[in-house]
Amino acid sequence: MEIAWAEFTPVASFAGGAMIGVAALFLMLLNGRVMGMSGILSGLLVKRPDWPWRLAFVIGVIVGPFLFMAVAGAPIERQTVMSGPLVYVAAFLVGLGTAVGSGCTSGHGICGLSRLSLRSFAAVMAFMVSAVITVALVRFFG
Amino acid sequence: MLMMITALGAGTIFGAGLALAGMLNPAKVVGFLDIFGMWDPSLGLVMAGGILVNATGHYFVIKRNHPVFDTRFDLPTSNIIDRPLLIGSAIFGIGWGLAGYCPGPVVATLLLQPADMLPFLVTLLAGAFIGRWLRS
Repeated sequence: MEIAWAEFTPVASFAGGAMIGVAALFLMLLNGRVMGMSGILSGLLVKRPDWPWRLAFVIGVIVGPFLFMAVAGAPIERQTVMSGPLVYVAAFLVGLGTAVGSGCTSGHGICGLSRLSLRSFAAVMAFMVSAVITVALVRFFG
Repeated sequence: MLMMITALGAGTIFGAGLALAGMLNPAKVVGFLDIFGMWDPSLGLVMAGGILVNATGHYFVIKRNHPVFDTRFDLPTSNIIDRPLLIGSAIFGIGWGLAGYCPGPVVATLLLQPADMLPFLVTLLAGAFIGRWLRS
């Protein structure tokens, strides 16, 4: 293992993470809801009376990066790692997996681990290990 | 109405936080997962910052009888580590590792790059729809 010092952004990433923590805390303190992106999204796929706050949250997530760009006065750096039809395989697996596994990086990662949930810890271990193996396989065979 | 405004606010902070953290860049996310290549530990600090703030706050928040704008805390009740949890999470990990997108950044980049991200989100939702059906 070699550390990519040139790409490492400890201060911005820690501060951004703290903001994500504040968002999760707000949603729990004010609305009593877990801030899990996959759960909030997939809850919009079924007929439920609680769709207004879910949609409001989604709109906020879409608007947030634009607020960041306005405040930072800089564009958001983005490089894709994959193009072509395999991207949609990835998208499908993310949707399928988070629905079957009841959560993603925000729900299990940020919220579940903060509640010391053993179930979320197991989920985080499962998706971290499988993601690391996937990236390693792409590196060696891709 | 109040719960919509607070959700909008929380979502905005989440989206802006993802942007500041560098998590809207798939190459950076994959850089964290690439422990056998050039490893970028940044995502680990995102998790650390998020959990530090949220865990500390959560400890005090759940001492309340109910949230500010609702009658009860809607917390997950299951603590069973079963096959759907582990297999589903592993499937998610494959998709996450392939493209470098977990659900939050997909939503957050929807209007930054709509031509790419709108079809991505629709495909993700199709997977989630089938996943919900499989689980029920």
